[in-house]
Amino acid sequence: MTNGDRKRMQDLILVERFPHIFCPGCGNGVVLKATYEAISTMDREFVFLGGIGCSARIATYFRGDVIRGAHGRALPIATGIKSIRPDVDVIVFTGDGDASAIGGNHLIHSARRNLDVTVVCVNNFVYGMTGGQVAPTTPKGKKTSTTPEGNEERPFDISKLVLAAGASYVARWTVLQFKPLVRSIRRGIETKGFSFIEVLSPCPVGFGRRNDMSIEELWAMYRDLSRGEEIEIGEISRRGET
Amino acid sequence: MFLSGNEACVEGAILAGCRFFAGYPITPSTEIAEGMARRLPEVNGVYMQMEDEIASIFSVIGASIAGAKAMTATSGPGFSLMQEGISLAVMAEIPLVIVNVQRSGPSTGQPTLPSQQEIMQSRWGRHGDGESITLYPNSPQECLDLTVEAFNLAERYRVPVILLSDAVIAHMRENVCLRDFHIVERGEVEDGIEPMGELGSGLRIDGVSLDETGFPKSVNPEGHRKHISKITNKIEKNRSKIIKFEKRCIEGCEYLIISTGIASRVCYYVQRRLIEEGMKVGLFRPITIFPFPWEELSKVGEEVEKAFVVEMNTGQMFHMVRESLDEVELIPEYSGKIPDPNSIINKIKTSVR
Repeated sequence: MTNGDRKRMQDLILVERFPHIFCPGCGNGVVLKATYEAISTMDREFVFLGGIGCSARIATYFRGDVIRGAHGRALPIATGIKSIRPDVDVIVFTGDGDASAIGGNHLIHSARRNLDVTVVCVNNFVYGMTGGQVAPTTPKGKKTSTTPEGNEERPFDISKLVLAAGASYVARWTVLQFKPLVRSIRRGIETKGFSFIEVLSPCPVGFGRRNDMSIEELWAMYRDLSRGEEIEIGEISRRGET
Repeated sequence: MFLSGNEACVEGAILAGCRFFAGYPITPSTEIAEGMARRLPEVNGVYMQMEDEIASIFSVIGASIAGAKAMTATSGPGFSLMQEGISLAVMAEIPLVIVNVQRSGPSTGQPTLPSQQEIMQSRWGRHGDGESITLYPNSPQECLDLTVEAFNLAERYRVPVILLSDAVIAHMRENVCLRDFHIVERGEVEDGIEPMGELGSGLRIDGVSLDETGFPKSVNPEGHRKHISKITNKIEKNRSKIIKFEKRCIEGCEYLIISTGIASRVCYYVQRRLIEEGMKVGLFRPITIFPFPWEELSKVGEEVEKAFVVEMNTGQMFHMVRESLDEVELIPEYSGKIPDPNSIINKIKTSVR
């Protein structure tokens, strides 16, 4: 299924729009590149969806059909599209707040229905677009603009949540794990059913700055996360057929 | 056919070519979801029961983007949840139909009893500018006719169309006849409106303001003003083609009753009684609530001494009537009961004495 000629970046991405809007040190550019790598050899037509937030902007850099609605609502829109056009491949770009807070209900129900889409969820542990507020994924104790004394709540493990709700394919990588990320996005697209790829990605402005971390220190945190000791990393479930 | 209003909405939707329905059960609209779940598979359509009304409206948006005529049905609390999606449909010019079977609120209120409390919400409930269309039938026959009309208008003007109903219209049964309807297909837009692109054609649909290439431009005053003018004027300029209303015994009337939906059915009787008693009473029933037929009403009401608005809320359509006429009195009923004709007759007689 991935035998097609490799498409050039300018064939799939609006390179004329570069430089992109993402802040220095942000991982969204890596996710954009990884998605390009994953689909560049696939002979398929894609519809790119996004909700609202920094990661949803990734969708807008693709050529072809780009549909973004409201905060958290990309998956219901995808439900309508797939109901009428089951033949098209849908990739949804979402963030941790978009997917698990405002869109949390849609996320678990889309996983329960095993909606045949691929969700790329960029988790930066914070609301980036609005300036770094606490999210359902913010680790306990971490400072944000709305938890100046540190977050007192427990975070969600979004991948485990989606797995429990019935998703077919679930994987989690950091942006430092480029090649496995590319493989997982491709595998997610090839999987029939709900595929969820969580990408842990640094937000130096919204998260690092509030916690007195330099860009170097923040990326060091992601090197540690890549080892999978704090949070499970890798392919968490491959129960879907491809 | 002997149909309830809700059943007639289902038949109207199928006739109009609706092939996708997403909804969430809520009294008194549920029979529409049940009917669509039964009827859609017969015409290769898709019924989805979603996790809430927000998901319902957004999947209707998705289905419409994918090329299907799509609809949802709800009542007050669900309609409030849908406002976010209606706003996107106005912004991105996505055709769809929402049936709102009004019940007696606020909040859960009296879920099985009727009201007309969402007349204003149907136009002003959402965030942001831009026009939409609201229709309000007063019989099962009109539920069918106006559901077809709602789909036609949605496609013609690329707007969300709201069909207001109420718990009584929804559940009362009357004879309903099928006619040969003209059906507006996707792409048959009014002059000056750009047809909606198809999936695969490089669609760029966004809630964010876009530049001329379809790329997000969130600081875009010039382009945004143009877009808002476009999504406002396409309805304003064509209001005479959109507007529907009913006039009864208007010639030479001294008094005028303005009413819509189930309240107007009561007013038919009120008008007849008052005429029998020698009063010259006309009746004006807006069928299109938005855009409101204020020009037409002003003309009808030019010579009348006094107008009475009978509606099942604390005064909503009243405000629009006041913009059209000088001497207007409100006769409200907000108990959840259908207005009592004798009480309306007494109020009108007392007022004109």
